[in-house]
Amino acid sequence: MNSTALAPAVLAPPLRDRPNMVAASIALAASLIVPWAADGGASALARALAGHWTLWPLMGAVLAALLSASSGRDGATAIASAFGVAWTFGAGFVEGVTGPAFGIGAAIVLTALTVCFARALARQGYFGGDTTVATLVVIIAALLTIFIFFPVGRALLSAVQDAQGRFALSLVTARLFTADIWGVGCLGAGTRCGVAINSALLAIIVGMVSALLGLALALLVQRGGRRYSGVLKLMSLLPIVTPTFVIALAIVVLFGRTGLITGWLDHWIGIPRSRWIYGLPGVALAQLLSFSPIAFMILYGALTAVSPTLEEAAQTLRASRARVFRTVTWPLLRPALANAFLLGFVESLADFANPIVLSGNFEVLSIKTFFAIAGAQHDPGRAAVLASVLLAFTLAAFWLQQRWLGRLSYVTVSGKGDSGIPARLPRGLWLTCFFTALIWISFTFICYAVILVGGFVKDIGRGDMTVSFSHFAAGFGVEWGSRGLFFGGSAWDSFFTTILVAAISAPLTALIGLLAAYVITRHRFAGRRTFEFLTMVSFAIPGTVIGVSYIVAFNVPPLELTGGMAILVLCFVFRNMPVGVRAGVAALAQIDKTLDEASATLRASTLRTLRQIILPLLRPAILVTLVFSFTHAMTAVSAVIFLATAKYNLATVYIVGRVEAGEYPLAIAYSSVLILFMAVVLLLVQKAVGEARLGRRTTNLLVTGH
Amino acid sequence: MAKNAGGVVFERVTKRYGEVTAVDDVSFRVAPSELVTLLGPSGCGKTTTLRMVAGLEPVSSGRIVLGDNDVTRRAANERDVSMVFQSYALFPHMTVLENVCYGPLSTRADKPKARELAHAKLSMLGLTGLEHRLPSELSGGQQQRVAVARSLVLEPAVLLFDEPLSNLDAKLRRRVRQEIRELQQSLSLTVIYVTHDQEEALAVSDHIIVMEGGRIAQQGTPNELYESPATRFLADFIGDANLIDGDLVADSGRAIFCAGGVSAPVRADGLGSGPATLALRPHRLRIVDADEATLSGVCKRAAYLGSRIEYVVTTAWGDLLVFDGEGRTMRPRDEPISLKFDAQAAVVLRR
Ligand SMILES: Nc1ncnc2c1ncn2[C@@H]1O[C@H](COP(=O)(O)OP(=O)(O)O)[C@@H](O)[C@H]1O
Ligand SMILES: [Mg+2]
Repeated sequence: MNSTALAPAVLAPPLRDRPNMVAASIALAASLIVPWAADGGASALARALAGHWTLWPLMGAVLAALLSASSGRDGATAIASAFGVAWTFGAGFVEGVTGPAFGIGAAIVLTALTVCFARALARQGYFGGDTTVATLVVIIAALLTIFIFFPVGRALLSAVQDAQGRFALSLVTARLFTADIWGVGCLGAGTRCGVAINSALLAIIVGMVSALLGLALALLVQRGGRRYSGVLKLMSLLPIVTPTFVIALAIVVLFGRTGLITGWLDHWIGIPRSRWIYGLPGVALAQLLSFSPIAFMILYGALTAVSPTLEEAAQTLRASRARVFRTVTWPLLRPALANAFLLGFVESLADFANPIVLSGNFEVLSIKTFFAIAGAQHDPGRAAVLASVLLAFTLAAFWLQQRWLGRLSYVTVSGKGDSGIPARLPRGLWLTCFFTALIWISFTFICYAVILVGGFVKDIGRGDMTVSFSHFAAGFGVEWGSRGLFFGGSAWDSFFTTILVAAISAPLTALIGLLAAYVITRHRFAGRRTFEFLTMVSFAIPGTVIGVSYIVAFNVPPLELTGGMAILVLCFVFRNMPVGVRAGVAALAQIDKTLDEASATLRASTLRTLRQIILPLLRPAILVTLVFSFTHAMTAVSAVIFLATAKYNLATVYIVGRVEAGEYPLAIAYSSVLILFMAVVLLLVQKAVGEARLGRRTTNLLVTGH
Repeated sequence: MAKNAGGVVFERVTKRYGEVTAVDDVSFRVAPSELVTLLGPSGCGKTTTLRMVAGLEPVSSGRIVLGDNDVTRRAANERDVSMVFQSYALFPHMTVLENVCYGPLSTRADKPKARELAHAKLSMLGLTGLEHRLPSELSGGQQQRVAVARSLVLEPAVLLFDEPLSNLDAKLRRRVRQEIRELQQSLSLTVIYVTHDQEEALAVSDHIIVMEGGRIAQQGTPNELYESPATRFLADFIGDANLIDGDLVADSGRAIFCAGGVSAPVRADGLGSGPATLALRPHRLRIVDADEATLSGVCKRAAYLGSRIEYVVTTAWGDLLVFDGEGRTMRPRDEPISLKFDAQAAVVLRR
């Protein structure tokens, strides 16, 4: 055996950290030759030589980091690289508009220095001495800081600045405590309520009713057996592929002043046409249809987790059906109901798409925030105040959820307790559920039918049902031009941009989210809980708030990103990342930790373990995240409506534009194309992966504010 | 293989989880080419000790030395140690061959070399022909061999086993434990072996370390532990024992144990007079004719086990468990039974 023996392994940790020397060298090389700023041009060194003195300390730090890394002095490396990063950002923000915007060179130098810093810290014993974990944690935390906490903080700060950017605390009180935010006139006085009160009222109604609707359907499907499993599949799939405003569009088409149903009512019963649907009723209806599937999925999961043996036990103790439900089933469902309520509440608050189509004079926070910044008034300070009120509401709900419900809320559909036969529902309850579900599902069905038909008729919004393909021709016309295929339709640009942005952001989302999940679940290090909290709290930030924040924070140097495609990608990556984190945490819980340990005792580095063991076993979670973030990037509106431009427009934003311009048929045609496209993508993926694990898993994982 | 064989020194190691002290100031040595077992009831800190040797748990204080190297601060992948996990921890997405090649490839061996090493170990463990199966396509016993092959392939200085037999059925256990012992002896491996099963520990070990509540209760060879347990806990934990409280009268090399009005000569082991506990192994109590008896009683219960008959005999020293390996027929209830034991066979413990 000695003939085949391995050479004795060198097992002691090396004195010098080779990867860190490489990282520091990359930082140095980039600062010497790569264009520093966003608009290209000179490298950091060239700029420094040309008199941009604030770059000298950075050059010094890079050099110091390289030297100390090469001589194995990790403490010095950490300090030098931390100083380099801090100085660069500090100087950048102090210079502000007078300085350059960070470009590719800056990105490379700063990333390399951050890696140096993280690895050097790990070698000093932090992060359990694990350089890979340290790098992941520090990089992800830095990204979250730059792309979530900095912009949100910056936006909140502008709430206390006047138009010239000076601090004026007195302005806050003036901006915050006004009747058009907090007024309660609608509750009896007969005047209008403030936006905050409107939003809260709407959110409470939607939260409660959607939880009840979800419960009705969940009871029916879970206790009704296989008969209803088609419903389950549909309900889990629809919200993923549907841009939220689609429902709103359908409702306008049905109930608007010239709507189909309005017309029939006028014609047959003599109810005069009116605009009653614009306002609270319409928005609430649209939101209920949009968000109840989420409540359904949560409650379905909870109901499945209730072990039938518990109910059987109660039955053998002579309890009647009604008593079993009241004393066993219902109490076990209460946490899930509370969770469904909170999620409905948050979704409603954060919703942008339905109100922008339907709210009319009924003002809500998300819309008002948008118009404060995008409209004629252009008042970032006011937008920031409104956004912070919105943020306060959603954070409160998030806090309640974490505090009260903890992990209870994520009851998974497990195989446990599947033996036994679930108790039958009390008859009255069953009938109630049945008819509620019937009405709701028929209504949903009609809405989708309207959308699918709407694109093929002349003007469904005015009841003109002559078959016509002109909308598709206008939006998706394709001609043979002089240079081959020419996509002449007005929708193509935004369609392609959307697919591109979604396709770029999906893998990045999955990567960052799953890596974050990995370090959270698999490693113990100081600050882990904080790190976990940071990754999850971005869940609770409504898209509107992110949109405002990005506009406010990223349109001046040193971080000037607005107007480009990168900001769209970044926005999706960091908004969808929590989904990746959750999917990853759930999937990692299924992967025995001894596999990592076995790998480590077989001399594999953390990086090798990650690549060879964890990632292959995470494949299902990776796929779920990819699909989710892809479809979500195609359906989201709220954040990107602030960020899309004429050059880089997105499908949803384009459609909302058509709606605002009153061009419903084109909007509807485009929506149906989007829905079909995503349904096809989902079906293909499902086919490729095998059975329907996608829909079910993802809907429990949700991001607020489409 | 001997080139790698280095001992283990575990020096005053403590491990705390918050308030809980899982391992409390434990020191021991494992000599090269020796199989040492950590034995103890569930929760006594065996696994934690083993994981600290592997580098999977950092120590709270103390020192761990492998061969000539202090490895206390080194990560698991920087220690020359391999571990066979209780659950085997085979990588489910890799074939048997890939599993076994994993270690060599981690240490940057090239592919052909890794294959060669893997095949050698697989054939040594009788797994030839199963190379391209997935772990899920193997029986429990085969999975366990793959886990052993995977750990052996790196020829580690120390091999760790955490309850390796617990997922096997009873019949297989005896065979596998013999195989492990033979493998260890033929390759001169240094092994630390964890189990809660005292019979298994007695069967495989050169040396046994018994743990209780995070501390070492006693260590020694299987024979020493069985014949001279140091405490009541140990006498009871390793093998069966009748524990009788009484008094020891010792003078000039002779010792008499008295309890319930009955006295018997015992091995003194240098203990002085005073209150003491007598530990008597059930099979060392012989059933004899009435005139030879040290102790007499009546049969309270009997169970026929084939290889022996187990009696519970009510005596002046309480109810004693007695194994009769000779008798062919069971004695009826309430029949008088006379008992005798060798002075050398009884251990006196200080109370
Ligand atoms: N990760 C941990 N966190 C807290 N306590 C632990 C942890 N691991 C083990 N313990 C505690 O340490 C003690 C020893 O555990 P362990 O070494 O697994 O025992 P054994 O393997 O002997 O059954 C037990 O009381 C256990 O509860
Ligand atoms: Mg154990």
